[in-house]
Amino acid sequence: MEWALLLQLVLNGLIVGALYGVVAMSFVLIYKASQVVNFAQGEFMLVGAWVCWWLLTRWQLPFWIGFPICLAFMTLFGIIVQIVVLRPLIGEPVISVIMATVGLSIFFQALMKWMFGVFAQPFPPIFPAERISLFGLQLQSVYLLSLALSAVIMLGFWWFFTFSKHGLAMRATAFDQQVAQSLGVSVPRVFAMSWAISAVVSAVAGVVVGVVSGVSSGLSFYGIKVFPAVILGGLDSIVGAMLGGLIVGVLENLAQYVDAQWLNWGNMTNIAPFYALVLILLIKPYGLFGTKNIERV
Amino acid sequence: MQDSILAVEGVSLRFGGVRALTEVSFEVRRGEVFSVIGPNGAGKTSMVNCVSGRYRPTEGRIAFEGQDITRLPPSRRAPLGIGRTFQNLALFGHMTVLDNIMVGRHHLLKAGFLRGMAHWIGGARAEEIVHRREVEDIIDFLEIQHVRKAPAGTLPYGLRKRVELARAIALKPKLILLDEPMAGMNLEEKEDMARFILDLNQEWDMTVLMIEHDMGVVMDISSRVMVLDFGRRIAEGTPDEVLAHPQVRRAYLGEAVEEAAA
Repeated sequence: MEWALLLQLVLNGLIVGALYGVVAMSFVLIYKASQVVNFAQGEFMLVGAWVCWWLLTRWQLPFWIGFPICLAFMTLFGIIVQIVVLRPLIGEPVISVIMATVGLSIFFQALMKWMFGVFAQPFPPIFPAERISLFGLQLQSVYLLSLALSAVIMLGFWWFFTFSKHGLAMRATAFDQQVAQSLGVSVPRVFAMSWAISAVVSAVAGVVVGVVSGVSSGLSFYGIKVFPAVILGGLDSIVGAMLGGLIVGVLENLAQYVDAQWLNWGNMTNIAPFYALVLILLIKPYGLFGTKNIERV
Repeated sequence: MQDSILAVEGVSLRFGGVRALTEVSFEVRRGEVFSVIGPNGAGKTSMVNCVSGRYRPTEGRIAFEGQDITRLPPSRRAPLGIGRTFQNLALFGHMTVLDNIMVGRHHLLKAGFLRGMAHWIGGARAEEIVHRREVEDIIDFLEIQHVRKAPAGTLPYGLRKRVELARAIALKPKLILLDEPMAGMNLEEKEDMARFILDLNQEWDMTVLMIEHDMGVVMDISSRVMVLDFGRRIAEGTPDEVLAHPQVRRAYLGEAVEEAAA
């Protein structure tokens, strides 16, 4: 009985963790390409989820049409945010850029509330069966979809960075913009591309979360949860982001279990990842897979 | 007459009150090895940066194969056929040697994101095979086969210089800008590098614009030499002509020589 519960919790942790991982990857993507810490990542999820919800309920589009339209919109969204807000900030101090993304986060948070209201809205049902059972474990079918999507996105990222021309150009840009330019890589285009991909991937995660628990501004809290995942894995490591996400997801669920069984504090789920974050920063400040900058003097 | 591949006309470059270059004009002819020499701080690297697009000249005009490129961003100049190496090594340290070189082929890879996704049907695979073959040719030429899978950052200095050269060659440039290709090398490595540069010039048909401090090498392999001092062109000509030029002697050896000669 106990073990079944624990197993279920670990499984939930991995599923939610995979989502964290996906958002963390899109966060890392932006950081890698343009050295910008994007505090508005959670709002990217929020915007994606709301737009998809709007297409599905207001326009009554079926999921398989509405979802791609939503992703196309997010591509544009990412590019426009990059061009309008971040491109003018190239070369400005890091703190200014970070403040701009914090501003973006507040702006979109408010804009979404204004446009869609403050109440959580459920997605129309997408799958015929709400739940399915697998080896005696209960699984929401959406979670299965989310797991599959996460896996596809991960593979996509891996393929993109290892084999595609643009992935290579992005890695080159991350390393040295001047040199990349001299080799014919258009740096503004790489930046725009990284923001577009990041926005799209975040939106996928946002839609999945929205389908599971309804769309509301609380969704952007994921963006904050993603920080421990990213720091744990290392700010500039895609693999690290994914692993960090999984670890944070499992940690959350286990913390909830411990809390419910013995502590009864009632909020460990939300706080445990941040305790872990503090510990990691104390012990391994570059994260598990992050690049340590070693310079010869 | 020989046609010019690069024409620099009256280029000046100022950083605030500092004049890095003052009305520098010169022409590089197709197929030659053109060297720029001068004391430290003479503006040699600034000149190369103007040609590669890193700096935008305050005044003047730069034309490549007759096309005005003065205002073109660097990423648009590479596809025209201008490649370069850097004075301070600028390899992508975490990438393998092979990946470093493949970045150099960026503008030549036609398959974009979507065609790349359909790796086997869109022709991207056939394309990659062609590119890999050319990259292997470059690797053979520079004798870096044994390190092709190694992360570039782990290589010793002389090899890194060669990998950087390989990356610039991968661009298939018509004009290659070499910023101190031999700085910090020992005699043997310098000889190797000089041989590579000559081969590049003669067998790979690349015009070379080179900055170098080693006078012996410069005089041996250059077709023509330009001397800069305090951002001004003080001489240009064949190595012998330049060596004999009084202003060059003054710039390099100081006033005393002239006084002694007088």
